[in-house]
Amino acid sequence: MPSVTRLLDDSAMARALARMASEIVEQCGGAEGVVLLGIQRRGVELAARLARLIEQSAGAPVPMGKVDITLYRDDLSTIGPRPRVGETSLPDSIDGKTTVIVDDVLYTGRTVRAAMDELADFGRPRRILLAVLVDRGGRELPIQADIVGVTVTSSDDDRVDVAVKELDGRDSVELVRGGPV
Amino acid sequence: MTEPTLGKDLLGLEGLTKAQVELILDTAEPFKEVSERAIKKVPALRGKTIVNLFFEASTRTRISFEFAEKRLSADTVNVAASGSSVSKGETLVDTARNLEAMRIDMVVIRHGSSGAAKFLADRIRSNVINAGDGTHEHPTQGLLDLLTLRDRFGKIEGLKVAICGDVLHSRVARSNIWGLLKLGAEVAVCGPATLIPPQVVELGVQIIPRIEDAIAWADALNILRLQLERMQAGFIPSLREYNRVFGVTRERLARAPKELAILHPGPMNRGVEIDSDVADGPHSVILPQVTNGVAVRMAVLYLLAGGGPDWRSGGGGDDR
Repeated sequence: MPSVTRLLDDSAMARALARMASEIVEQCGGAEGVVLLGIQRRGVELAARLARLIEQSAGAPVPMGKVDITLYRDDLSTIGPRPRVGETSLPDSIDGKTTVIVDDVLYTGRTVRAAMDELADFGRPRRILLAVLVDRGGRELPIQADIVGVTVTSSDDDRVDVAVKELDGRDSVELVRGGPV
Repeated sequence: MTEPTLGKDLLGLEGLTKAQVELILDTAEPFKEVSERAIKKVPALRGKTIVNLFFEASTRTRISFEFAEKRLSADTVNVAASGSSVSKGETLVDTARNLEAMRIDMVVIRHGSSGAAKFLADRIRSNVINAGDGTHEHPTQGLLDLLTLRDRFGKIEGLKVAICGDVLHSRVARSNIWGLLKLGAEVAVCGPATLIPPQVVELGVQIIPRIEDAIAWADALNILRLQLERMQAGFIPSLREYNRVFGVTRERLARAPKELAILHPGPMNRGVEIDSDVADGPHSVILPQVTNGVAVRMAVLYLLAGGGPDWRSGGGGDDR
C-alpha cells in the first residue's frame, strides 16, 4: 500500500510562497527587470501567485510568461507517450532581464535543462534563476534551485503530488511512497 | 484515462477516429505559435531523417511539409521522382527497399496512384505520411481545412460545409468529407453531375446540384480546383460555361443569407471555379489555410515520431 505524507497544506503553501517571493526580490536586488516564467502546467499557476505577491510588496507589476518544454525534451523517441503540448508565451523580450524559472517539483533537472534551452531561443537573459516549490533530490544533471519552498528526500519509487487551487481545487503537496507511478 | 495515439502512419482520415482527428487539431494549436517566433525552430525531431518523396508535382504541399520538418529540426531530403515512364508498382517497391537501406525515419509521399501510400507503409518500418495519393485522400489538406474552419467558427459540429467542383477526382474532397463527418459537420457537394459521384449520399453527404442553392445552405464553401484537363476528357463543356454555371462569384455570394467562409486548397484558377473578388475578399480564409498547413503537418510529424499524449492523467509534480 502506498503511504501518503502531507508536506504542505494550504496555509503552509501560502507561507512557503510568501517566503519564496521575498527571496526572489532579495536575490534579484529588487523587482525591477525581473521576469517570472512558469513551466506548464502547475509552474504557471505558481509563477502567477509569486508575481502577485511580489507586486504587493514591491508595488510594481512583474511580467510573467508561460513555458511549455515538451518540444525541447530529449526523450521524444525513447519514451513514447508525451504530454499534450501546451502554450508558450513569453513577455515581449527577455533580453537583459533577470528571469526566474518557476516549477512545482525539481527532480531529475531535465525539465529545467529543456526550459533553459528554450529560453536561449527567445533571447539572452542577463541571469536565469530557478525557483521550485518542492526539491525532491534525485538530480541527473548538474542543476540546483536558487529558491526552494520545501526540500524532501525521496526515492525513485516515490511520487510528489502538487495540487493548486486553480487547477485542482485545493493547495497541497504530498509525498506518496511506494505507490504506482 | 486512455488518450488516442496515431500509430505508425497517416494514410487518410477515413481510418481515424474522431478522437484522433481532434488530437491532431489540438496538437497543431501550439505549433502555430512556433512559426510566429523569431527563431522558428524547436528541437523535437532532432536527428530524425525524413524523405519527401514526390512522384507528382507539388509546390504548396511539399514546401509546407519541408517547413514543418525544418521547424521541428528534422533532417530532410527531397526526392522528386517522375513516375510517368516507370511502372509505378516496381518503382515503389524498389524505392521502399532503398529507403529502408538508408535508415530513414519517415517518408512523406505524394503519388498519382490511389493506395500508393498504404502500399509503401505496408512494406517499410518507417512512418509514412500520405501527401496525396491519386484520387484517394490528402489527409493533411483535410486536417488543415478542419483547423481553419475551427479557427473561424469555434467548432466543427453542426457546421454546414459545401464542397464545390470536381468531387469525383478530388482527394481533397474525400479527406474533407471523412474529417467533417467524423467531427459532426453537415456536408454537401455541388458540381456538374459528371463530376459528382452519386455514391456520396451513402456516406450521409447530400448533393446540391445548383451552386446558388449550395451558397444559400452553407456556412462555408470549400471550392475545389477544377483540373483543366477535365475539359478535354469531356466532363465539362468549357471553362467559360463552368464559370457561368458553377463559378463562385461576388454576385452569387451577395445573395447568401449569411457571410460564408471561403476555402480553396489551391492552386486557384481565378475566373473559373472562383472569382478574384471572392478569393481576395474579406471572407476568404485561403491564406490562413496555408498558414495552418504548416502547423497541422508539424503536429502530424510530431505525433507520429512518438509524441503521443501522456498516459498519466491530472496531478502535478515530478519532472520526469
